[in-house]
Parts: sequence; structure tokens; C-alpha cells
Amino acid sequence: MNVFAYLQDPAHWSGPGLIPELLLQHLAYTAAAVLVAAAVAVPLGIAIGHTGRGSALVTGLSAGARALPSLGLVFLAVMLLGTGPGDVVLVLVLAVLALPPVLTAVVTGVAGADRAAVHAARAMGMTGGQVVSRVEWPLALPRVVTGLRSATLQVVATATLAAFASGGGLGQLLVRGQAQRDYPQMFAGALLLAALAVALDLLLSGLGRLAARRARPRSRTSPALVATPA
Amino acid sequence: MNLDWRWLDRNTGHLATLVGQHALLAVVPVLVALVVALPLGHLLFRTGRAAGPLLAVLRVVSSIPALALFVTVPLVLPPHQILDPLNVAVALTVHGVALLVRSVVDGLRSVPDPVRQSASAAGFGWFGRLVRVELPLAMPAVFAGLRVVTMSNIALVSVAALVGSGALGQLFQQAYTTRAFTPLVAGLVLSVALALLADAVILLVRRGTLPWARGQRA
Repeated sequence: MNVFAYLQDPAHWSGPGLIPELLLQHLAYTAAAVLVAAAVAVPLGIAIGHTGRGSALVTGLSAGARALPSLGLVFLAVMLLGTGPGDVVLVLVLAVLALPPVLTAVVTGVAGADRAAVHAARAMGMTGGQVVSRVEWPLALPRVVTGLRSATLQVVATATLAAFASGGGLGQLLVRGQAQRDYPQMFAGALLLAALAVALDLLLSGLGRLAARRARPRSRTSPALVATPA
Repeated sequence: MNLDWRWLDRNTGHLATLVGQHALLAVVPVLVALVVALPLGHLLFRTGRAAGPLLAVLRVVSSIPALALFVTVPLVLPPHQILDPLNVAVALTVHGVALLVRSVVDGLRSVPDPVRQSASAAGFGWFGRLVRVELPLAMPAVFAGLRVVTMSNIALVSVAALVGSGALGQLFQQAYTTRAFTPLVAGLVLSVALALLADAVILLVRRGTLPWARGQRA
């Protein structure tokens, strides 16, 4: 059996319900879900991390959220609400799953910003908003990007389940392959899914390195200026 | 959304079997992964600089969605069956190794050099130093990794129901095809309970084996 048969057939690379459309759908679900999660988690996380109120609760809840079986949640949401116009229900479920890692990252990043830098900013007369935007947020950014990365990976994986709940995306290849007893089609779905996840992982870890470099520019350009810790 | 309590009554035995299967499918891979990751992590730690690229490869492996692994594993395993629970166990083990090696390396790296040197000065050979000094100090990081892997495995086993054997995940599938809420809610509750129980067990073991690390965040 040539397991690459499905991927090699050029007929599968254009047309409705085939590889390019499914890939785009998968990416659209992922991007929409991560953006919705970030839109909620970033302001909320900054507020919690800046004031320090409720941060233990947030990190605890986020750790607990890992226990939720994504398949059960996706099916539950679709049974209760349907997939919604434009699969909005599916995107919202994915966003709920993406929320905890982003929120934890923002809270720990902002709360973990170097205290000396924060005190110095206050002493220079910065307002609370300026401390957040000029000190805490830039210092938190590398960790936020890491959080976005793990959220994205989780959403890419979970978006596959959408197809099993009458949605679209790469999961379609698994659903159809299974129904038609066509292993090469399932294998194509698995391979494309893995490739998409790895590509996004590499992209976001590149962004993370960039953010980390910006968060401590001096140590890169002139190490002599940075005092060595005693 | 009405729960059918009689369904629960009729299916208690079935549910218990599924919980058992679920625990087995999730936990055995974690244990196997730990046994593999400890020596492998130590080896990587010892190679120093060369560890970087290898850890990067492992991170790429861990970023592959479990469902993709479930589908691909039958290709490399001798029994050519896609519905075999072994596929799920092997895929989760691969995932677990990729994540736990990182924890082991992080843990070993967190051991301060002076501690290592004092241990050598006190007469520990490399093995004694590793087992009696370095590993215990590395264990908090390893336990943190174990918690993540165990929790996510328990959630992931359900996904395996889509391609064959998924223990409690079968309830989700059954519920979705028959539009019945009771099995779905039962599956959700049991899966979350199992994950929390496993986490509590890990925390207890950690408390028992690392009494000095009490109060440190896992």
C-alpha cells in the first residue's frame, strides 16, 4: 500500500473540500480562536498581573483546565448550540481551550517583570498605565509569546475535532478516510496536520526569540554594561 | 439538557470498565516515558552544548498533535491495525518522552555547580552523585513535567476514540451520534475526576519522596 497515494494525486490539491481548502479552513479556525482568546486574556491578564490580585487563582484554574477533555467539550457545545453561522460555536470552544495558557502567560509575565525595573519606573514618576505599557508589558512579551505558542499548538490539534462535529478543517480527511476505509487519505490528514503544527511551532518560537532579544537588548549589544550578578 | 439517571444506573459496570481502561491507557505511557526519559535526559545533559539541537528535535516531536500520531503509529508498528489500543499507548509514550526529557534536562541543569563539586569532594563517584545528589535535586522539575504529561494524557485518550480505542472517549462518540447528553456528561465528569485524582496522587508521591521540597511550587 502506498500511503502517500492520496497526497501524490494532483486531483486532491484543488477544488472544494480538498487539501488547500481544508488547510485554509484549519488555519482560519486556529487564527480566529487564538485571536479571540488573546483579546480576552491580554487585558484581563495585564489587570491581574499588574495588581497581583487573583493571580494564584488564575494559575491554579489554568492548570486544572488541562484536565478538560477537548473532544467532550466540542461535542457538548455542538449538541447544545449547533455549529453556528460560520462555525462560530466551534471557534468559541477552541478559544475557551486556548484561553488558560495565554492568560497564565500574561499574568506570570506581567507579575514576574523585574521588580527593580518596575520600582525605578515608579520612581521616575510613570503612571500605572505607563509602567504597564513601557516596562511590564515589554518584559512580559517573551513569556506571552510562549503562551500564545502553546495555545496555538493546542488549538491546531483540537481544530481537527471540528470535522467530527460536522465542521471543516483537516479533520475532514480523517473522517472521510475512515468512512471510506481509505488509509492513505487518513495518513494525508495526519501528515498535513503534523506539518501545520510544526510550522506554526517554528514560526512562533522564532517570534519568541525575537521578543526575548528585544526584552533585554543591552545584554546583546554591550555585555560590559550589564553588571554580573554576585 | 436532562440527565437520564436510569442510564447511569444501568451502565455502572460499563462505566467502571471504561474508567479502568482510560487510566491504564493514560498512565502506563507516562511510566514508560519516565523510565526512558530519565537516562535519555541525563545523557543529553552530559553532552552539554550538543543537547540544544536534540532538544529542539524533541520539541518538534512534542508539538505534533496526538491525533496525528495515533493515525501514523500503525505504519511503524508490526501489527497493522489502526484500531489497536497499542497505537494509542505508543503514541502517548512518544509524546511523553519528548516532554519529559526536557524536564529531566531542566532539572539537572538547575543543580548548582558548587553542590556538584561538594558532592564529588565528599567522595561520591559519578553514579552515587547522580543518584543521591543530582537526581533528587532535579526531581521537582521532573514532577512538574509528570503532572503536565499525566493530565494531558488523560484528556487525550478520549481523542483516540475517533480512530478506535478511546475508553471514556467512546461515551462522547456514542453521545454525539445518539444525541444523548447523559453519556457525554458522565464521560466529562469521569475524565476530569480521573485527571484530578491522578494529579493528587502525583502530588502525594512528590510529598513523600521529596519532603524537603514541600512548599516549593511544582
